[in-house]
Amino acid sequence: MRRQVPLVITFVAGMLMIISYFIPRQPFGGLQNLFNQWFIVIVAFALILGALNLIKVNAEKIRRKRPGWGYSAVLLITFTVTVISGLFWGMEQETVFGFIFRNMFVPLGATMFSLLAFFIASASYRAFRARTIEAALLLIAAILVMLGRVPLGSYIWRQFPMLANWIMAFPNMAGQRAIMIGIALGTVSISLRIILGIERSYLGGGE
Amino acid sequence: MNQRRAVFLLFLSIVFFFGVSTAAQQNAPPAPPTEVKAFDNPNDAGGTITITWKKSADDGAGENDVLGYEILRSMAQETGYGPIGTASLGATNYVDTSAVDRVTYYYRVAARDRESSTLSEETIPAVASPQWFNRRRTNMLISVVLFSFLILWFIERAKRGEKLFIRPLAGLEAIEEGIGRATEMGKPVLYIPGILDMDDIQTIASMAILSRVAKMVAQYDIPLLVPSKMPIAFTMAQEVVKQAYIEAGRPDAYNSDNIPFITMAQFGYAAAVNGIMLRQRPGTILYLGAFYAESLILAETGSSIGAIQIAGTAMPAQLPFFVVACDYTLIGEELFAASAYLSGEPRLLGSLKGQDWGKAVFMAFIALGAILETLGLHFLTGWLVTW
Repeated sequence: MRRQVPLVITFVAGMLMIISYFIPRQPFGGLQNLFNQWFIVIVAFALILGALNLIKVNAEKIRRKRPGWGYSAVLLITFTVTVISGLFWGMEQETVFGFIFRNMFVPLGATMFSLLAFFIASASYRAFRARTIEAALLLIAAILVMLGRVPLGSYIWRQFPMLANWIMAFPNMAGQRAIMIGIALGTVSISLRIILGIERSYLGGGE
Repeated sequence: MNQRRAVFLLFLSIVFFFGVSTAAQQNAPPAPPTEVKAFDNPNDAGGTITITWKKSADDGAGENDVLGYEILRSMAQETGYGPIGTASLGATNYVDTSAVDRVTYYYRVAARDRESSTLSEETIPAVASPQWFNRRRTNMLISVVLFSFLILWFIERAKRGEKLFIRPLAGLEAIEEGIGRATEMGKPVLYIPGILDMDDIQTIASMAILSRVAKMVAQYDIPLLVPSKMPIAFTMAQEVVKQAYIEAGRPDAYNSDNIPFITMAQFGYAAAVNGIMLRQRPGTILYLGAFYAESLILAETGSSIGAIQIAGTAMPAQLPFFVVACDYTLIGEELFAASAYLSGEPRLLGSLKGQDWGKAVFMAFIALGAILETLGLHFLTGWLVTW
């Protein structure tokens, strides 16, 4: 029973979604929006579970003085301050919550994002070592595209931007489209397996 | 003197005449829109009527003074018209979204200039109605039915015990090897199920793989860490891992603290996972699911600690990052095939065979389309791209 009920729900919901894609008439046409609204409600409840888990895991870490427990303390303090300020004084620009969001959350996120520039450099260094024919081809294509994308490239040779555009528009686009067709077929295949109950491992366990 | 006066009067008359005639020309009402038609908007849920017309002769030509169009609607012929909307200069259609199903409407379109407007002829009556089938998606329906038939046919063949050859996927064969290596080193396995929630098929596929991985890890008796970014994915991951540990006969080894919820913030999550990598030093890291800009931040950190890294995603923009930073990468469809491949179950493997055949059919269509387009025949492309 514990396994059958989710399978029935999955089958019914999956079939309704497929039908609603082809039938615009109500109630079918509006099912996707309705299901999305239900999903948002479920997310809201799941978020409470997530927050409770976050508190539990970090409180346990502090209690047992596990390595890195100081980070957990910082997390719980900032979590409490942010939640209380948002609940009691609102979340507008001029509130404490707004201040925390603008001056701490956004800059910290931007800092993490900016690290990407350095990681791209280190990853490119490894990827562009021409040890094999494939890596050599990658290196050549990358250099041509880079030269086509920077002003220096067109100073060296006027055709570099055109060459870069050609690489992006044809070989690169062909590869991307091949991957995307594969993804679309894979999506249909796994959806069918799930809707028909052939693939059950996402419910926990295998067969 | 009289002659001079007569000439002056004649001059004044000519100026007055031209002035009046020019003024009369400037104030001429715009030419009306022509061929106005109203019809039920096809392939929709009802409640809409499309009105089309040919531009006024003074829109972009003639006096060129039309400012726009006003759409008027009535429920009776030749009377009771009221405005329902406007369309900009040069427009030739308008969709009335305020129509009620099964009510008869008449429409007129007025061309407006600065001073006046001219009404078009009345349309024939139009009635909005919902449709039972979106005909523009016929091609999609045929494709889905054909593809589903192929998959189900191969599943049936597999169920009958027929041996089906499935091409080996190096990335998936490396998963067990990676878990084995982490066991030898006494280090945990870190599994990252992407950053989207359960409404994304990649996360669902990832949960199916997580189940297989959790079973292997439970048998090897090493910790499995699954930090989650999305709340439903988090509860799902806990359930999936718990059930896998029970099925592996190791319920005692399950620790819910190893499957924590982190945060819904993208880079906050990336920072937390990087912290887990640097503090707990996992022997194997699996990135399977949907990823965005954090993909390389995570994979490069994982690479810096010397972990075996296996990634899989259906996000084409992130694939190059994973290819560069990871030991193995499952590209697009391979992510969706992973769970079936790892299970080794004939029915699931049969679906993979069907998927490959579907790909072959699509390849044939692409080749045929390329030939037909080269020959100047566009019907196949036209049929396939209709949306």
